[in-house]
Amino acid sequence: MLEIIVILLLAVGIFFMFTGAIGLLRLPDFYTRLHATGKCDTLGEVLIIFGLLLYHLFHYPETPLVPVKLLFLIIFIFLANPTATHAIMKAAYNTGVKPWKVGEERR
Amino acid sequence: MKGKGGKGFGILVTFCAMFLFWLLLSGFFDAFHLTAGVICSAIVALISHDLLVKEKGDKMLLKSFKFVIYLGWELWQIVLANFDVAYRVLHPKMPIDPRIIEFDTSLRSDFALVTLANSITLTPGTITILVDPEKGTFWVHAIAKKPADGLLVDKTMQRKVANVYMEW
Repeated sequence: MLEIIVILLLAVGIFFMFTGAIGLLRLPDFYTRLHATGKCDTLGEVLIIFGLLLYHLFHYPETPLVPVKLLFLIIFIFLANPTATHAIMKAAYNTGVKPWKVGEERR
Repeated sequence: MKGKGGKGFGILVTFCAMFLFWLLLSGFFDAFHLTAGVICSAIVALISHDLLVKEKGDKMLLKSFKFVIYLGWELWQIVLANFDVAYRVLHPKMPIDPRIIEFDTSLRSDFALVTLANSITLTPGTITILVDPEKGTFWVHAIAKKPADGLLVDKTMQRKVANVYMEW
């Protein structure tokens, strides 16, 4: 039962990471690419780490501090990922990268 | 709340948080590591207590409680956001129509602005570009018309964050 849940979490996490990578390649400009990487990476990483956390918690209960550290990782990814996305976006906007509109060439 | 009492309280809270963090990360409970932890936590608490605990900390408990409820809603929004992006990316025609929108909010405090900015970035189809902390103005890049209308017309997220931090 535990294995099924862990594998499911890892698989969904990998699916979202994969979607983020496809989005990075398919979407037309800088800003829209950030949409793909900024969101999909957050949930993908969190799901993968959560799967590992559950696995460790039930298979190696003699080292309970490792899941706690993984939990900290999840919290910090949730804090840092949107902030970094926003910082990159702001830097691009301030240096004058033009946002793509429907009908234009992709760049 | 101002003055020495508030400051001492801030240092104490920061020290406890830092020391708990030290214990969990180190995993050693002998005298040497505990002493080193106390010294390091004390230095960090003395230098940077005003980052974690602001001077006017009224109704912190109520705000924290509301924030936890808000976090549950936010997690659900993040899942929706990922399915939204996955749909737009994997759809053969890529249904995107990017635009930049601008709107005002009633929020002023740092924590409220950071919460709203990060929430916007994590929820479906929108990323914060710029925030003006004095006027509470947000510039947001939206990937299509529907998520942009969610912020401009419905204002669900602005109302929820304003409710958490009680800054209407």
